[in-house]
Amino acid sequence: MPLDDIDRLIINTMQGGFPLSDRPFQVVAERIGISEKRLITRLRHLLRDRVLTRFGPLFNADRMGGANILAAMSVPKADWEDVATFVNSQPEIAHNYRREHAINMWFVGAGESLEQVEATFARIEAATGLEVLRFPKEREYFVELKLAV
Amino acid sequence: MNVPLDAIDRQIILATQGGLPLVPQPYRAVATPLGLTAAEVMQRLARMQESGVVRRVGVVPNHYALGYQANGMTVWDVDDAVVDTLGEQIGHLSFVSHCYRRPRRLPAWPYNLFAMVHGRNLDETADYVAKIADLLGPACRGHDILYSSGILKKTGLRLGA
Repeated sequence: MPLDDIDRLIINTMQGGFPLSDRPFQVVAERIGISEKRLITRLRHLLRDRVLTRFGPLFNADRMGGANILAAMSVPKADWEDVATFVNSQPEIAHNYRREHAINMWFVGAGESLEQVEATFARIEAATGLEVLRFPKEREYFVELKLAV
Repeated sequence: MNVPLDAIDRQIILATQGGLPLVPQPYRAVATPLGLTAAEVMQRLARMQESGVVRRVGVVPNHYALGYQANGMTVWDVDDAVVDTLGEQIGHLSFVSHCYRRPRRLPAWPYNLFAMVHGRNLDETADYVAKIADLLGPACRGHDILYSSGILKKTGLRLGA
C-alpha cells in the first residue's frame, strides 16, 4: 500500500505515544492538522492493510508475573521439518524464526511462570535430542521507537 | 521485576491487549463494559506506564510493510565492565528497536548484547552495524548479524484471564 505524507505523519507522531485524555484522537489530529474523524479512518486503514501491526497499550509481559524467554537451537538440515513441527506445537512457544547462522532456530517461550517455560524447553530437548540454549533477558536498554517512514 | 496488578488492572489489560477501539472516546469505550469511568481507566493505564507494565500507548509499525526489508538481529561480545553503559547508548540509536543484555553460552555463543537493527536494504543495515561497531570501539571483541529467513510461528502476547 503506498503511503502518503499524512500516513507518514500519523505513523511518526504516534510511534512515540498516544495521549491519555478524553478525546485523544482529537489531540493527535490537531497536532497533525487533520480532523479527528479522518485520523480514525486513516488508522483503521493502516491497521487493515497491516502497515501497522498494533495500536494501543504495549504490555511488558516480564512485569506481569509471566515469563518470556528467548532460546535457540542448532537444528541439522535433515531434521528441520520435524523439529519445527514439534517446537511450534508447544503452546508456550510464541515466536519461532529461522535465522541464517549455525544456531538457526530462534524461539520465544512465554508462560505464566519460569517453571512452565522451563518445562517446555525440557520437553523440546527430550523430544529432539538437541540442546536448547537459553537467553533470558538480563537487562533491557531503553529504546526510543522512532523509525522514520 | 513483577508489579502487583489487581483484578481491575487485569480486566483493563484483557480488554485492551487486542488494541484500543478506534472511536473518539476510546478509554470510555473500554471503561463502560467494565463498570468503570474513562478517568479510572486512564489513571490505571498511567500508573501501569509508570511501573513499566505498559511500555507505552501508541502504534507499532510493520517494518516490512514500511520498506524496511533488512531487519537483522545484531549480536555483540562486549566487555562486561562497560556493556550497560554502551547498551544504553545503542538503545538510543534511531534504527535500533530492541536492545538487551543476555548471557553468553560458551563456547557456541560468545555474544552478550543483542540489538535489533532495521534498514531498508542490506547496505543500509551494514552502515548501521558499522555505526554500532564504532560506538562500541575496543570494548567489543566480536559481532555477528543474523537475518531472519522465515517466520515459523508468530502469535501475539496473550494474557490469560
